[in-house]
Amino acid sequence: MSAAALSPRSLDAAVAALAADPNLVPIAGCTDLMVVDPLRRLAMERVLDLTRIPELAGIREVEGAVEIGAATTFRAIGDSPLLRSLFPALAEAARVVGGWQIQNRATLGGNVANASPAGDSLPVLLALDAALVLAGPAGTRTLAYGEFHRGYRKTALAPGEIVARVRLPRPAPGTVQAFRKVGTREAQSISKVVVALAARVEGGGIADLRLAAGSVAPVPVRLRAAEEAAAGRPLGTETAERVAAAAAGEVAPIDDVRSTADYRRFALGRVVRRMLLDIGAAGAAGGAA
Amino acid sequence: MSVTVRAVLNGEERALSGHPMARLLDVLRESLDLTGTKEGCGEGECGACTVLLDGEPVLSCLVPLLQCDGRRIETVEGLAAAPRARAFLDRFVAAGGVQCGACTPGIIVTAWALLEREARPDVEAVRDALAGNLCRCTGYEGILRALAADAGADETEEAAR
Repeated sequence: MSAAALSPRSLDAAVAALAADPNLVPIAGCTDLMVVDPLRRLAMERVLDLTRIPELAGIREVEGAVEIGAATTFRAIGDSPLLRSLFPALAEAARVVGGWQIQNRATLGGNVANASPAGDSLPVLLALDAALVLAGPAGTRTLAYGEFHRGYRKTALAPGEIVARVRLPRPAPGTVQAFRKVGTREAQSISKVVVALAARVEGGGIADLRLAAGSVAPVPVRLRAAEEAAAGRPLGTETAERVAAAAAGEVAPIDDVRSTADYRRFALGRVVRRMLLDIGAAGAAGGAA
Repeated sequence: MSVTVRAVLNGEERALSGHPMARLLDVLRESLDLTGTKEGCGEGECGACTVLLDGEPVLSCLVPLLQCDGRRIETVEGLAAAPRARAFLDRFVAAGGVQCGACTPGIIVTAWALLEREARPDVEAVRDALAGNLCRCTGYEGILRALAADAGADETEEAAR
């Protein structure tokens, strides 16, 4: 069989192939998919390569938003001047997904569809209020990213549907963003805790705080209690500690090979506290960019 | 099921057949006897199996054969055969960038890709590029000395001054 038969060159062809054979396994960067035991890997006879489809590639500006093709690699995201200027939290996350070799292969759409609670980019997408453009036999639809994860490794993808693009609304002027991953080392480690933040600093207080975290629940989560704890409060140590305590209190991490529930809760609180103090410092310096 | 992919391997056009999800690493080592590429962890953590795919460093344990169709693959054997490689490899050995050797082919390939992009990288650039290549022997100091323009001199050299 020729390789081309498993590597469609258009989104329509890919969707048609998936409709014709629901057991096809869509593949992209393969950085998670290939890490299975050989028998399971070799049982994947029917695969569909999504890395040669123009509609799934590229980063483009659209009305009020930026769309990132699902097959865009983290290397391309980290290198993109547009994304680095508008979405620094995403660009930073992209630069700590594995090492150079992993970043060259791993894709944003793969991180989303694979739906690991530890996916580094996922809390960023929640904080940045992303939407997903999904393509399937019934055409395309747009879904708020916050509605995509339905449980541990369960997603809202319908049979035959794939993630086509990730849409990020242009941030309001004065939005600050932050990203922090806690792992055993900077590169190449799966996160113990990963946190992303977007907010505006207004009149000495925090407005529109969006906080999200990974590796602290079965799915990446918005930290809504923490967001509420910040509402209408002045920036400063007291608010930072209050928000951190709320964040640590609202998550349900587990003990596993990488960390413990207690440590994750503790580290989450400390990271959130530090992020809020940093926003305060940036605000005080008049540098809320 | 078997697929046939066409790829340019170390400068030579090849037709490679195998399971679509066969690891490029296994195709290189088992089918083609290119055993310079090493398997370390087999799960994308250590960098020992690094090869270049269209000039970009990737982990051959995570690349399925299917995705090599129409691509350019360079392994450590191909790089080592390049005329320019001699000085580079000699520097690596002279600086003590090699001990047990298990990580060395992967580090050579990644370093080669870095030097193609940046002729005289600084320590930070080398550390960043090699973040995905683990070495358990050298403590990285010899590797940095071989690659980074601003890496400090060897402590023993310093002591001898």
